[in-house]
Order: sequence, then structure tokens, then C-alpha cells
Amino acid sequence: MKKIADKVYVSQALERVEDSALLAGAGVFADDIAVGARTGHAAFLRSPHAHADINSIDIKTAEALDGVHAIVVGEDLRAWSRPFIVGVKQPMEHWCLAQDRVRYIGEPVAIVVAEDRYIAEDALALIEVDYTPLKAVVDPEIAILKDAPVLHEAVGSNLISERNFSYGDPEKAFRDADRIVSMKVRYPRNACTPIECFVVNADYDAAEDNYDVLANFQGPFSLLPVMALALNIPVNKLRLRTPPDSGGSFGVKQAIFPYIVALCLASRKAGRPVKWVEDRLEHLMAATSATNRVTEIEGAVTKDGELIGLCYRQLEDCGGYLRAPEPATLYRMHGNMTGAYKVQNLAIENRVVLTNKTPTGLNRGFGGPQVYFALERLMHKIAVELKLDPLEVIKRNLVEAKDMPYRTPSGALYDSGDYRKAVLEACKKGNLEALKKRRDQVRGAGGLYGIGYTAIVEPSISNMGYISTALTALEREKAGPKDGGAAMATVSVDALGSVSVTMDSTPQGQGHRTVAAQVVADVLGLKPADIRVDVTMDTAKDNWSISAGNYSSRFAGSVAGSVHLAAIEIRDKLKRMAQTSLNIAADKVSFSDGKFSDADNPDNAIQFRRLAGQAHWSPGLLPEGDVPGLRAASSWTMPELEAPDPEDRVNSSGAHGFVFDYCGVEIDRDTGRVRLDKYVTMHDAGRLLNPALVDGQVYGGFTQALGAALFEELSYTADGTFQAGSMAEYLIPTVAETPAPVILHMSSPSPFTPLGAKGVGEGNSMSTPVCLANAVADALGRDDIELPLKQSKVRDWIGIRETPPTSGGAVATPVADKDAITGRGELTIRLPVERVWDLLLDPENLEKAIPGCRELIVEGDHSYRADVSVAVGPVRGDIVALVKLSDLDPSKFLRLGGSADGPLGSSTGSGTILLTATGANGDATILHYDYSVSLSGKIAAVGGRLLGGAMKVLIKRFFERFIRIAAPETAPAGFPLFGWLENLLRAIGIKR
Amino acid sequence: MKPAPFTYCRPDNVEQVLDLLRQHGGDSRILAGGQTLMAMLNMRLVEPKILVDISMMEALRFIRVADNYLEIGAAVIQADLLAWTDLEQYAPLMAKALPWVGHAQTRNKGTVCGSIAHSDPSSEMPLCLALLGGEIVLRSKTNRRMVKAADFQIGTLTTARQEDELIEAIRIPVPADVSKFAFQEVAIRHGDFALVAVAASHSPDGIRLGVGGVADRPEVRHWEHLPEDEIDTALNDLAHELGGYDDIHASAGYRRELVRTIGKRVILEVMA
Amino acid sequence: MIEYGAADRVKVTLTVNNESLTGYASSRMLLSDFIRHELGLTGTHVGCEHGVCGACTIQIDGRPVRSCLMLAVQAEGREIQTVEGLSDKGTLNRLQQAFRSHHALQCGFCTSGILMSMTNLLNENPTPTDDEITDILSGHLCRCTGYVGIVKAVQSLVLENIARENGENA
Ligand code: FES
Ligand code: FES
Repeated sequence: MKKIADKVYVSQALERVEDSALLAGAGVFADDIAVGARTGHAAFLRSPHAHADINSIDIKTAEALDGVHAIVVGEDLRAWSRPFIVGVKQPMEHWCLAQDRVRYIGEPVAIVVAEDRYIAEDALALIEVDYTPLKAVVDPEIAILKDAPVLHEAVGSNLISERNFSYGDPEKAFRDADRIVSMKVRYPRNACTPIECFVVNADYDAAEDNYDVLANFQGPFSLLPVMALALNIPVNKLRLRTPPDSGGSFGVKQAIFPYIVALCLASRKAGRPVKWVEDRLEHLMAATSATNRVTEIEGAVTKDGELIGLCYRQLEDCGGYLRAPEPATLYRMHGNMTGAYKVQNLAIENRVVLTNKTPTGLNRGFGGPQVYFALERLMHKIAVELKLDPLEVIKRNLVEAKDMPYRTPSGALYDSGDYRKAVLEACKKGNLEALKKRRDQVRGAGGLYGIGYTAIVEPSISNMGYISTALTALEREKAGPKDGGAAMATVSVDALGSVSVTMDSTPQGQGHRTVAAQVVADVLGLKPADIRVDVTMDTAKDNWSISAGNYSSRFAGSVAGSVHLAAIEIRDKLKRMAQTSLNIAADKVSFSDGKFSDADNPDNAIQFRRLAGQAHWSPGLLPEGDVPGLRAASSWTMPELEAPDPEDRVNSSGAHGFVFDYCGVEIDRDTGRVRLDKYVTMHDAGRLLNPALVDGQVYGGFTQALGAALFEELSYTADGTFQAGSMAEYLIPTVAETPAPVILHMSSPSPFTPLGAKGVGEGNSMSTPVCLANAVADALGRDDIELPLKQSKVRDWIGIRETPPTSGGAVATPVADKDAITGRGELTIRLPVERVWDLLLDPENLEKAIPGCRELIVEGDHSYRADVSVAVGPVRGDIVALVKLSDLDPSKFLRLGGSADGPLGSSTGSGTILLTATGANGDATILHYDYSVSLSGKIAAVGGRLLGGAMKVLIKRFFERFIRIAAPETAPAGFPLFGWLENLLRAIGIKR
Repeated sequence: MKPAPFTYCRPDNVEQVLDLLRQHGGDSRILAGGQTLMAMLNMRLVEPKILVDISMMEALRFIRVADNYLEIGAAVIQADLLAWTDLEQYAPLMAKALPWVGHAQTRNKGTVCGSIAHSDPSSEMPLCLALLGGEIVLRSKTNRRMVKAADFQIGTLTTARQEDELIEAIRIPVPADVSKFAFQEVAIRHGDFALVAVAASHSPDGIRLGVGGVADRPEVRHWEHLPEDEIDTALNDLAHELGGYDDIHASAGYRRELVRTIGKRVILEVMA
Repeated sequence: MIEYGAADRVKVTLTVNNESLTGYASSRMLLSDFIRHELGLTGTHVGCEHGVCGACTIQIDGRPVRSCLMLAVQAEGREIQTVEGLSDKGTLNRLQQAFRSHHALQCGFCTSGILMSMTNLLNENPTPTDDEITDILSGHLCRCTGYVGIVKAVQSLVLENIARENGENA
């Protein structure tokens, strides 16, 4: 038999079928889908506290607002739902709305459903929540200390999972080593922030007790059972549909699932369909994040740089709740913890800790950025310590082509590749020599220039069982083995011969429709334009399993493969029909140009579409055993994706690509700006199904990684205040910061995937941040490189040596606690100290002195409650401030402490006042003050840049008034800047 | 992220604007270009009862040269000023600084006076106005007064404008022919708020340096005479005096360092 | 003087892609919401509602601006151009086609805004330099493409335009 069809479309850089609609503005994204007139619009009330007990929630006023349909609070959930199941065995409850405690800033507390979003937000401001703030913990290393505040008291500790692994003989390797190189690295919090945020339309059908949801969810669909369990329903009562288009995800839209549950319940309570569109502030503050991780890594090396043992101590921070599928970030890389290197002795300590930050989840690279940041920084350091070329150290340790498929100590089976060849080719084609020359030149001229290298293995196609490595072998045995990763697709041919394809991936911009059409066209001898691919998912009708979805770069390797298999099934059936129809032997059937013919007699032929028609119209003509119609549904999984073995070895991913990167950076000595001079990235992702789309993935992944390396951080203060709440604070690269990398390819097809393809979209997320860090380490000759490489930080590393001013002016001192707004100052008041003291303690006077103070109530001994309307520029807010004076030393000293709350946020502060007599007869007073204020909530998230200045404005105003009241005749006209007592107004905690 | 309710007014003339301001004072906000105000409204950081839209008021859309100053009306859009053919001649510093204000898309709507009104400590327009010794024309129902830029911005987002006053225009002295100007800023990304912005001028009466983004308002210093070997000391003193502040983007020490380094660059540039 | 109370339902008539359209808005309704949900032109997208991402960029009276930073009531009587007005009866225009050929989009969410800015750039100056392209494009955030394809797409038109100009001058 002749080869049936030459592959002609796969591996071509075809234009995308998706683009015509998207370019015309005719794409259909979730928020574009019209909703019915009865649909209510939802808005979430979110916690302004990082950690607090909820005492009560008063929704009466909000409910009474015109246009409000319903308000849902934590209490409502109990009747209709249950907490989400958790991935480790711990007594932790996570509900879609906070119950009696909030554990991160932005945690949903209530939902308003109203006529439109505008009104829903109006009502949010009318809900009154009484909180008791608790001490928060943000740093994972502090969270595991004995006296740290505990988030989930039933667990008793913030350390919720701990596992130790040992493969080979690491102890011996470390004993035998010539040298042990170790370092501690911290990977920061960041997120891939798609430009489209979350959208959920939920509709509860009371008659059938069924929830119908449309959401731009990306999978994995293993979360569907998680949602159904939380909703207390069988999975078939939760119909989830996805829209035709989705505005990017990069893992992030996995985290919609708690909102799906929340909106289902909101629809149920409101008795109408409910729509929610997440806004950017909500997204940045509370959607999801990659995990931040502290890793202590040690390498046992020989003196010529061979890595003979490797040890990781990983402390993974999953935020306020362990949300499914966490702790997957920690285990996704478990099989390939040795990266591209052949070291066989490996020890791993994995600990998972909870802190008062947004819960974590999928983000491009998932686990890779964290692991490789440690491993590749270590490889660089090994070279530095042994005075070797970092590239030589990498090359010496690479897994060799002859060993493929290669089994890593922790169980991964690397499918294919020639790493050494890839490295050599990248150095040659990317002209590493020229880059080195450039480094020498720049350095020669006194500049700062560094080169960084990274070699990584990029896993794709997750083993659905890898997460169970977080459990002990015994626990796994009880639960039953988990493995595999099914990919499903259907190819149908209708009675006129046109072809439709569906599959279980939910693309968010990757062009899966285009590639699937290429794949099917090749098998069926058609043109891609003849094939219609639908990528919407409807769990009530489509084929799907728990592994469905758009994650772990599974499309090229497994979903496209499954599409291919379904198409082959169709083709084989058509061949059997042709054989009958043409009345020839099976091996004589030839297929080309849309025709089946007799190889010996080309005139004896039948058209593809005729045969397709037969399958529908003339089942009687079908060969024996073939069923009517023409539809194939394939379901494929890779046998190599076995469950973790009793020794905790797991082939965590089905395919393993290889990435080798190097780059040159130049650092501006004055500004600390890191300028990426050149970036070369070599990928071996097996067979490339559409090279243009592959390069698109590399460019995009690279750019996100560049952002993670240079600017992006979801930063928190030590007390849990979130500080990167707007896109002016969370900085993602624009075109001006994004040089195009040089992309190179090699192709070692995977023997394990149907088309030989592997994932390619996540490699740079893993390799690029550390490649830049290595380059900066090289430029500055230092170890302690932390991301992001913001210019202020880099400038500090270069070293700022400040000389004091000449003219006796004030020396600017570094501020100790960078998270709080602090200040100090002094002023002279032409009154004796006793008089000033009295005025300070006189509530009536204070009431007059505090700008915007409507009422000051004495609540106890030197404690006050003030209702204040604060205004800074256009920003105004009503706050309630509680202030207590303590450590009173009459006419000398007092300490203030207090807190304030308002809808824009809340704050706490403290300060001191010291009075000293001055003047000829002691008839004047010098008042020294200092203050420290911490703010949280919306104002801190979006306004951080301006808060210090705003505080000064408020304090200045207070003193102007204080002096005017205290000693009117002495009040200067234009008062210089001051600060202090703002504990009273510690303001800015504001609102309207 | 939607604005709280407000009454929207679009007066036909300046008199009506002033009436509204007198009537509503602090409960009202002027909407000119809205490139900052609208974002603050959307975030509900600002919730005025009355929004007074002057963006389409032709009477406030003027760029004129009178005596020895250039006057820019409240409704003049940044992009229009940048495109004005005589800008280089009458306000060379503005010509240098305007491209740093936001992005082209926001300059297409944002106004020059709006930047002045908002008085962000790191924004470019207030810095230029302060360096140039410009004035703000404030008008209320009963009064019209000029305030020197140096007296106008008091602190972060805070100005000497009374609640019933409209910023009608700004005035910039037309520089002597021999004057030279320089502008530089350091931001993290293209188009971001400046971490530090500096502007310098060199004219017959000496050298001036303006610094934005370090103190809580732009600060300007004047040296009749600044020998080259004293620049470092002068800038170090200034850096300490302004202090700087820490935020998630940069440290106070970094900001002070930039005063010394890029401050020197612009001074040398205008002295050359 | 025009005055719309917070509860008023305001009739707004404007020209969108050369067609006169009317819708209703409250005084506080954002122009982006009005275009999308009142006029049903969902090609204009919303990514941040604070003027940073550029997804909502449209042209008003021939200039690209952020529709999330304008009120619907401010658009009364104005000329608006959205992405829907670019193709001619379903045929992609040169810019759109160049985006397609150079793989300048993935999810396509940022694309409409970018097209509106780039359309304006090329209208005003058919042969912008690379720096000018970067300057205008930097007013948009794209999280998918790394911008490479977008820049190439615009550059390809610049080259065509230069060739055209040279042809005319020859
Ligand atoms: S939505 Fe308008 S700029 Fe982002
Ligand atoms: S194509 Fe997805 S954000 Fe630009």
C-alpha cells in the first residue's frame, strides 16, 4: 500500500483561522456574549485586612438600595455548599466567601447582585463589616516560626505539608565531593496577568437543581469535580461552557473556579442569572499568583565542575488557602528536579506554608521558574567558585543523547534530545564569541556588562498523578493510584463531506483551531480551510475528562495528537468503505487529492465526499462491523505517565523539551537600569506543528519572563498590605522594554507523542528570569541576586555612597521600616510646656485642631474615637479613628497608638511627642514628634507612590490648626511641612 | 471599577463654571482631559457630587503670546500644545518635557492645566512651570488672581487653589533668547511616572534646577553662579534637603542619587 | 448649560464608523461600557479601566484615546472610530492583513486598541521610524505576543509605503 497522504500542512507556518474575526473586532469573548434582561450584575466586597476576624456583617442599608437584587454573605453558603476539598490532609476550610475570618487582602467577603455593575458597586460601600484585625504574616520563613500568627487554627501551624525525598545516594555524594556549593534564593510573587480578566455568567435552574455557567475558565477540568463537590451536587448538574475566544490566560484563569461556585450561589440566592466581570484592581489584588519560594540549594561537585549530588530545601508559600490544585506548583517539576543534568543523587525537602497573601495557582512555567532559579543560579555559582567558565560547567553535566530516553533519579523519563548539540549550535548560530568580545569591550571602557547562561528541561503534558507525590506512599495507596492524562478529540464528517473538529483544550490565544485544522487536513487530504474547528467547551455535551483544559503545554503533544488519531480513524473507515465500494483489496486503496482509488487502476476511484455521504445515507453499504455515520472520538493517554512508585519516583510529565539560553546585559552605573543587549534562546520542542505559532509562544513567554525578571512583583508589606494594585504599580513590559530574542530551533521528535511534538510555551518562563539574573551576577560579581531586577535595587548593589551635606542641612537618613510611612519633625510654639501639654490632652481642642473632625468622643482614659472627613487633593474619605494615648509623662512625653477604618482601607499607626521648654524664660515649647503609619486596602494598593506625601499634607494641616488655636498670634502664614499626631487621622485610611 | 454617581454639568461659558464652583465648592470637580481624574473616579478614590466638564469649552482652549509670557488655557490638550508650531520658540522646555507626559494616547485627551491642577509630585508639567517661574491664573466668581508656581503646589495633590476657583490658564515667561534648557527623567518603563525628573535652565541670571519626584512637590533652586567644581556639592546638599521617599519602585537613597547624577547631567547640558 | 442628574437616562447620539447611532447612558457611564454594552460594538475591549493597558483605545475625531477614561455623555455628537470600522465588508484592510501575516496577535484581546493607534499613526505619517512605532505602541500592553509580530506588521506597511512613495517620485 502506498503512503496514504503526505503531510503537507503540518510544520508549515500557516496564517491563523482565528485572526479574521479577531482583527475585525468580531471575536466573541465572554463579556461580549449578550445576557438577558433579568440578569443581575455582581460585585464583590473584599477584605481590607490581611488577617482579621469578622465579627458581623450588616447588609441592611445596602439591601435597601434601589436596584439591588440580593446580597450574599458567608453565612448563606452553608445551606447550599461545602468548603473546597484540599490537596493535603489538613483540617482547613476554604469557602468561596470568607466565613468568620479573612486571611488575605482582597479575600471575597460578600457579593452584591444588582441591576448593573455601577449600582452593585454603590451597594458595596453600604455594607458594614466589623473586623477585629489580627497580626498577619507574609514572609514564609517567619510564618513557620513557633510564635507566628497561625492562619488556620485547626491546623495549629502554618506549615501544612512536609515531605522528604532521597534518590540515589546523596549523603555519599556530599561526602565524596571536592566541594559543596550552596546558596539560598528567593523567588518573588508575580503573575501572568492576562489583559482580559475573569468573567462568569451563572444561572441556577431551581426546577432541575442545575447550575449553568459560562466562564473563561481554562482548566484543568479536574477542578470541575472540585466545584461540584463544593456546590453539593453531582458533576452533571454543573454545566460549564467556555466562550469561543478568551483574552489570554497563561494558567491564571484556572483560578476562576472559586468564583464560579460563588456566582452559582449568588444566582441561586438572587433567583436570576448573574454576571460578573472581574476588574483589574480585583485581579491584581486577589485573583491568583505564582508561588513565592525560598530555596536552599546545595551542589556536591568535583573540582572540575561535575555535579555529583544535589540537594534542595524548598519552602513554598501558597498564600492564605491551599487552593486546588496546589501544592501542585511544588510537585509539577518533581521528576525533572535535576534539570538538564545527569546527576543521579538527589535529596529534596518540600515544605508548604500558608501566609496572609492571595492564594496561588497556575501561572506559565508552573514550578519551573522557581526550581530553575535555584538550580541555574547554583550552576553559575559553581563556576564562579571553581573559577570555571559557567558554560563549561553546564556542558560537563548535560544528559547525553546516547542515554535517551533517560530516567532521572526522581522518575522522569526524558523522551528525546541532544542537549550538547543544541548548546553548541546555539553558541555558534547566536554568535556567542561576538557577545564575549562585546563584554570585554564594555568592561574595558569601564562599563558593567555580564553574560548569563541557562540550560533547562521544559516539561509538558502533565501526569495527573504527580500531585499525589505530596502524599506519602501509604496515603496514596489508600486513595488509589493516579496517573495518565487523557486527551480527547472528535472528528466528524457530515453527509456533504465537510469536516468538524472538537477537542478538550480550551485555548486562550494559542491558535489551536489553526493547528488542529492542519493536522486533520493532512490526514484526510483536505485543505485546512475545509476543516471547521470549534474550541468552545460544553461539559454537558463534549468529550472531556479531568485532564481536559489548556495547561501544562499539553496541546501540541497530546491534544493535537488525539485529533490526529481521530482523523486517522475516519480515514481508515473511509478506506474500508472505499475498498468495498471499489471492490479491491485493502492494500490497493490509494488516497490522494480528496479521492480514493485503485492503486493499479486510478480510474476506479471515488470521491471523499461521496464516501462520506454513503456513511450517512447508505449504512447498508457499509463494510461489516462499521457503524453508520462518520464520526470518530479519540481518547489518548501516554502509557509512560505512570503513578508515583512506592519510592516516590514519578514521571511527572509526558514530554520533555530542552531550552538553552544565553544573554548579555549592560547595566547603567548611574541609574542601575539593566539593559538586555542580546538574548539567544534555543529550543528543542520535538516536531513543530506550526513554526510561526511556536515562535509566537517563545516571544510571548520570553516577554512575560522578562517582566518577571525586571519589574513584576506582587509586593506586600510585612503586615500584609498589598502594594501592587494597579497597572501603574504592577509593571508589565511594553514594547519599549522588550528587545526581540534570537530564536533557534532543533528538532528531536518525541517518541511518546502521536505527532512527535512537545510543549514549547513555558520554556522561557523557566529559563529567562534566571538567565538574566546570572548575567547580572556576572556583571556585578555578586551572588545575592534577587528578582525583580528593579533599577533602584540594582543601583544599590552597585553601591551608593552618600556624603553628608556641607551646609549643616538635614541629613537624609534611611528609613528603618520601609513598609510604614514614617516621619519626624519639630516645631516651636510660643507657649509654656504645661500649656501645650494641656492643649494636647484637651479633647475639645483636639476636635477643633483635627481638620475635618466632625466628632471626637472620649471613650476612656486618654482614648478617643473620632469621626473625621479627610481630604487630600481630590481624594476624600470618611474615617473612624480610634486613638489611645499612653506612657504619659506630664509636660514631657506621650505615646500615641491607634487605628482607622474607612471604605478605602484601614490603617494603624503610632507616634511619640516630646516637649522641651525653650525661650528666655521657658515661655516657649519645642515639640518633637515622630510617626509611623501603615495603611492597607485599596488606597495602599493603588496609591502607594503618593501616600507619604499625602500624610505630610494632613499632618501639616493639623499643626497649622493646632498652633492657630493654641497660640493664634504666633501662627505663621505659610507653615512649613510637619508631621505627627496623624494617628488621630492616620488618615488616608479614608473614604469619600 | 465604576464611578460613584454624580451630576454631570457641561457649562456653556466660564461664568457658568464659576457659578457652579461657588455653589458646590469641594463637592465639585473640574473635568478637563480626565486622564487622571477619570481613573480616580473609576477607582472611587474620588467621588464628587458634581462633575463640571470644561473639556469642550472653546473659550478655554487658547494658546496665546502676550507681552512676555505665553498663556495656555485650561482646555488646551497636551498633544495640541506639543503640535503647536511655535512651541520650541516660546517654551522650549515644554517642548522637551511634553513627550514624557504619559503616552500619546493620553496626551490626546489630557490637558496641560489638568496636570498642574492634579499636582502629582513627579509629574512633568508642574516641574516645568515651577522651573520657568510660571504663574497660575485662578478665577472665582468674585476674584481673579495670579499665583506663582512656587506658591501654588503645596504638597502631594495639594494646591493653593480655593474650592471656588478655576484654573483658567497658566502663564509661562517667554525666555530670553540666550537661555538654554534641558530635561531628563528616569522612569521604570517608557511612559511611567518619573522616579526622578529634572529640568535645568541657563539664562543671563544664572542656573536653575528643578527636581520632581523626590520631595512632595517639584523643587527649584537657583544659582547666580555655579562653578563646575561646585556642582557636586550643591547637588548633594540639595539631594539631602529634598530627602526623597521609599516606595515599591525605588528607595529614597536612589532618588537622592539620581538628583546628583541626572541633576548634574542637565546642568552640564545647559552650561555647555 | 447641559446638566444630567445622577439618575437621568441620557440619550446620546454619535457617529460611529460613519454611521449615526443612538443609545442611552447614565451620567456616570463610561464610554467603553456604552460602546460595548449599549451600542453592542464589543470589538472594543476593556482591560484595566484606568488608562494603562490601551485595550479600549478608539479614535475620537481622528485621535486615538482611551474610551475607559471618558464618559458616554461626553461623546454626544462626536465622530468615533472603532475596530469594527476597519474592514471593508468583511475584507481585512492592509493593516489588519499585515497583522495576520506577521502573527501579530494571539488572544486578540489587546489587538483592537493597537489597531486603532496604529491606524492613526500610519494615517498621520505613512512612514514612521522604528522609534516612532515603539513610542506609540508603548501606550498598549500585550501579554501574549511580545510585540515582535506587531512591530513587524507595521514595519511591513512602512516598507510598502516607502516603496510606493519612491515609485511615485520615480
Ligand atoms: S481599559 Fe482603557 S486603558 Fe485599559
Ligand atoms: S494578543 Fe493577547 S494580549 Fe495581545
